[in-house]
Parts: sequence; C-alpha cells; structure tokens
Amino acid sequence: MSMLATIQAPKDGFLRRVSDVLVARRGLYLMLLLVPPLLWLGIVYLGSLFALLAQSFFSIDEFSGTIVREPTLKTYGELLSPSNLDIILRTLSVSVIVTLLAAVIAFPIAYYAARYASGRIKAAFYLAVMMPLWSSYLVKVYAWKLLLAKEGVIGWIMDRLGLSWLLDAWLAAPLVGGPSLSVSYTGMVLVFLYLWTPFMILPVQAALERVPSSLIEASGDLGASPGQTFRKVVFPLAVPGLVAGAIFTFSLTLGDYIVPQIVGPSSLILGQVVYTQQGTAGNIPLAAAFSVVPVVIMGVFLTIAKRMGAFDAL
Amino acid sequence: MKTRSHFGHPMAISSTPSAVSFRGVERHFGSVKAVDGVDLDIAPGEFFAMLGPSGSGKTTCLRLIAGFEQPTSGHIEIFGETVEGVPAYRRPVNTVFQDYALFPHLNILDNVCYGLMVRGIGKDERYRQGRDALAMVKLMGMEQRKPGQLSGGQRQRVALARALVVRPKVLLLDEPLGALDLKLREEMQGELKSLQRSLGLSFVFVTHDQGEALSMADRVAVFNDGRIVQVASPQDIYERPRTRFVADFVGSSNVIEPMQTKAWAGIDKAASLRPEKIALLPDGASGSDGAVVVPGTIAQVLYHGAVNRVELALANGGRLLAAVPATSPVLPIQGASVRASFAREALHVMESA
Repeated sequence: MSMLATIQAPKDGFLRRVSDVLVARRGLYLMLLLVPPLLWLGIVYLGSLFALLAQSFFSIDEFSGTIVREPTLKTYGELLSPSNLDIILRTLSVSVIVTLLAAVIAFPIAYYAARYASGRIKAAFYLAVMMPLWSSYLVKVYAWKLLLAKEGVIGWIMDRLGLSWLLDAWLAAPLVGGPSLSVSYTGMVLVFLYLWTPFMILPVQAALERVPSSLIEASGDLGASPGQTFRKVVFPLAVPGLVAGAIFTFSLTLGDYIVPQIVGPSSLILGQVVYTQQGTAGNIPLAAAFSVVPVVIMGVFLTIAKRMGAFDAL
Repeated sequence: MKTRSHFGHPMAISSTPSAVSFRGVERHFGSVKAVDGVDLDIAPGEFFAMLGPSGSGKTTCLRLIAGFEQPTSGHIEIFGETVEGVPAYRRPVNTVFQDYALFPHLNILDNVCYGLMVRGIGKDERYRQGRDALAMVKLMGMEQRKPGQLSGGQRQRVALARALVVRPKVLLLDEPLGALDLKLREEMQGELKSLQRSLGLSFVFVTHDQGEALSMADRVAVFNDGRIVQVASPQDIYERPRTRFVADFVGSSNVIEPMQTKAWAGIDKAASLRPEKIALLPDGASGSDGAVVVPGTIAQVLYHGAVNRVELALANGGRLLAAVPATSPVLPIQGASVRASFAREALHVMESA
C-alpha cells in the first residue's frame, strides 16, 4: 500500500488572509456584520423617532403659527381636550376590535396549518396567506370600497339571498351602522381585517408549530379532554404568537391613515389627524404628540401582556 | 364454561384478566404494516419490555395501548375491558414520553398535578398529592422551577411522578432512559425496577437497548418487522433465542450454520453460540470430555477491561467471536494459533432461520 499524499491547502490569497483574520477575531467579525445595519437603524430610525419625541415637547404660537422651540407640556395638554381624546378612544376601540376579530379568524387557520397541513397543502396555505400582501395596498382598499358600496357586490349578494333586511337592520344600528357599509365602522373594520389578518396568522402558526405533538398527547394521556387540552396547553403556548400578531394588527391599525380616508365614517382616526396636523395645519408639535400616543399604548399593552405571563412560554 | 382457551394462553383460563391483551392486532400506515398481527398478554404487576430495532413496531404497540393510535384490525383489552374507540383520556394507563413532554409553561409542581387538576381535584389536595409524588422520585424543593431549568435526569423523574400521581393501572414507558448518559441510565434502571416492585404496577417498557430490557424486565418481547419474534424471560431470551434475529439482536452471538452444527453436534439446524461460552486453549491442547475443540488463529483482539473480545479465524474458513476473561491463562495475541473450546450443550439449536 502506498502512503496517502497529504492534500495541500490552497495557496494564500488576499481573501484567504482576510478570512484568517476574521476567524481569529470574532469581535471584529461581528462588528463588520452589525455596524452597517445598526448605523441605519440608529440614525434613520431611532434618530427620527427621537426628533419626533423632541418636537412633541415644543408648542405652536397661536397667532403667528410658528413653532416655539422651548420645552413645554402644553401640546400634550391639548391631547386631553375632549375632541382629541375622542379621536384617541375611537382609534383605540377600532384597533382593539380589529385585533380581537383578527385573532378569532386567524387562530383556526393557523391551528390547521400548524397541526394538520403538510406538503402541498402547507405550501398552498402559505401562498393563500401571503398572496394578498403581493398586490398594492391602495388597489385593495379601493376594491373593498366597491365591494362595500351601496350598489356594491355585498349589497347585491345580500339582495339575491333575500337578506337585504339583515343588511338594512345592521346599517340602522347605532355606531356600527351608517348610510352604507362603505361609510360605516363595519366597513372600516372589515377592510382592516382583510389587510392585517395575515400578520396575525403567521406568528400564531409559528407559535403553534413549536408545540410538540407529544405535549398534546401527554395532556390527553393524563386525562384532559380535548377542550381542557386546548385551554390548558395549546392556548397558553400560542399566546406569545397571539401577542406578536396583536402587535402587528394593533399598531398597524393605530397608525393607518389611508383606509379611514377611503372607507368609513367622516370622523377622524388618529393616523388621519397626524397626517393633517403635520401637513395642512402645519402643527408639527401636535402631530408629534399624537404620534407618541400609539407608542405609549403599545408600551402599556406589552407591559400588561408580560404581567399576565404571555411571554412565560417563550 | 367457555373460556378464551382457544387463544392457547394460560391467562385465558385464570379468572384475573390480563393487564393488557392484544389479539391479532394490526396497525397500518398507508401500505406500511407497522404492527402486523401481534398477540400478547401482560400480567398485572409485570415488568414487560418490548425490545426491537427502530421501526419494528414496538412504539406503535405502546401507542396502541395508550390510545394515541387505533388498531387497523384486531382486539385490545386493558384489564378485561375492550378499549376500541376509547380515547386516550379515558384509559387507565399513563405514559412516560421519550422526550418527557413536560409542559414548558407550568412549574414542576403544576406539571405533576396536571392530571389531578383536569380531574377537578381541589388545589390543596392536589398539591399535597403532587408533593408526595415528587418526594417519591426524590425531587423535593424543585416545585417552583420550570422544566427548562432541570437536567435531563430530573425531567425524567418529573415525567415519572406526573404519570404515577394519577394512579394508572398500567404505566407505559417509551424509551425513558434513552436521553440520559450511561451512569444516570444505570442508576435509573435500578430505581425504576424497585419503584415498580413497591407499587406492584404493570410497567410496559419500550427500548431498543437489549441490556436495559434484560436487566429490568420480568418478560421481554422481541419485535421485528411489526411482529413479535419471541416472548420469554430475559434468561430464556438470552440463553435460548428462538431465531437467528433474536440471537443476533440480543447480545452478541455466533450464529452457527446448519452444516457446521451437524459436524459439531449432529443436528442439521442453525444454532447460536454465546461468545462467553468459548474458552481459549493453547495450540495442540485437547479439551475436556464432551467439549468441541476447534483450531484457529486470532484475527483481532478488542480490549474491554474485564474481558477481551477475540475474533478467531477457524481453519475451515469460519469465524468465531469469543469473550475471554482477562484472567484467561492463554494470552490473546493477534496472529497466534490457539484452540477454541466449548461444551456441546452451549450450542443452542434455533427453531427457524
């Protein structure tokens, strides 16, 4: 038997030497990896966020309409005026309803996809959930306006099914009703639901996917009925996914200003107020103060979720 | 009185029903027959091991008892009651899972008390029983920890306590020691055995580790290809393997081909010969009366501490594996000419190939 020849390492080139240095110095390697995105996030994102925060502590001179660059809480005081408080509460209610409904719709779909679907069906699931995200947001909202309009598709279908009376009764109801679906809160919530439900389905599905089937079997093995297993094991373990999904649906609804402009009643929603205050009204401090509201609300929401043990299973 | 004597099993005659009985049970997954006609009876209070390579159907059989799977055909009874269509949560059996399956969002005490909680037992009573169960597996003081903070061995004990606290009639264990390191595994083997004795429960234990099955079980069922090849006491399984598969799978064995058996013992059938039954003699020595003596050379020696495993190349071209004590007078040296000697009775003739 002949001796095996040693396989020669390739000749040292410049890139190879760079690799050698990077492998030896992990710190340098990580820094090169992280500095560009951190610079981007730090300057562009956090920078503008802090600029916004700073603006909210300025105020506007009521006579000249110019910004007074002195720290004051006056602008925040304005937030608490009845009309502004109304806007905040209205936005909050819509966001909460959209989030709850999205969770109710998303859960069974996510559960099916995580526990039962596999192979082609799973691929079809991802496609079906993601596909609405491929087309333009504006196109979708205007399409919904047509669906919801008085002479629109939904009205026509209800008419054909002999259910016009049901639609009319719904529209006659206070708060949720209106002259037609397209100018009612019902319509607005439906469009928000359509837009944001994928953002709820995916994290819930990911959370359920991480629940090993042996846990569900163990629960049954120990005597828990399927309902008990769902309440005591499956649901608690899906909560982090639900909270993650809720962060999306909640904050996306809180900040949106296009949907309420196209669909829904004439009363303003928070996003619209920010839009008009910084634009036509030129009241940047008030716009900034309004922008801080969703940040605070999300902070409160996450704190409550953490207190309730939503992240214990993480 | 018409008993179930046509099953030809002693349990059918006695009045106490088996803890678990299978009659012609099959379980198919598509075209794969995971369990292909299994009959078995597990006695109350018995430590029963199901041994086999992966994919041999042993785990599926365990899952059929637990109720996670339903048989494609055949009949299963637990303490005389038919369990077809009875869901897992209504069966008097509990399982210790291979991955322990502890609930990650509950602390140790709540994990152990889970089965009591879903039965609606009040907090004080269930925590009292839960603490007793934790004491039984020597895990006091861990009540408030989460499963993620425990070592593998501790998690295994929690899983055991959680299954036992609801007082099952049969405890099912699915390779419970597989994830533990060797030292801990040996320790747990002893503990499981004494726990089973003191509780007087039927334990059904699935394993692919033949050492585990032999050391713990009262009876061992050896599985292959969805069927039971042999059910017997550990001694019988080891000393008297019924088939070549059992001889090969349980411990290491020399399988002697029929022609060779005929030459050595006058029986025209395959036989098994355990390596430790073979002694080494110096070249040219003659064996004692009734012993078979075969000349050969040492092809390889593997040192195992207490024994040397010696591979012999026989003069007729065959090979023999011998386990020679380190105290043997003949030093096993590679290439040396020696003689292998064994009693004729050491050749165990097998029923089928």
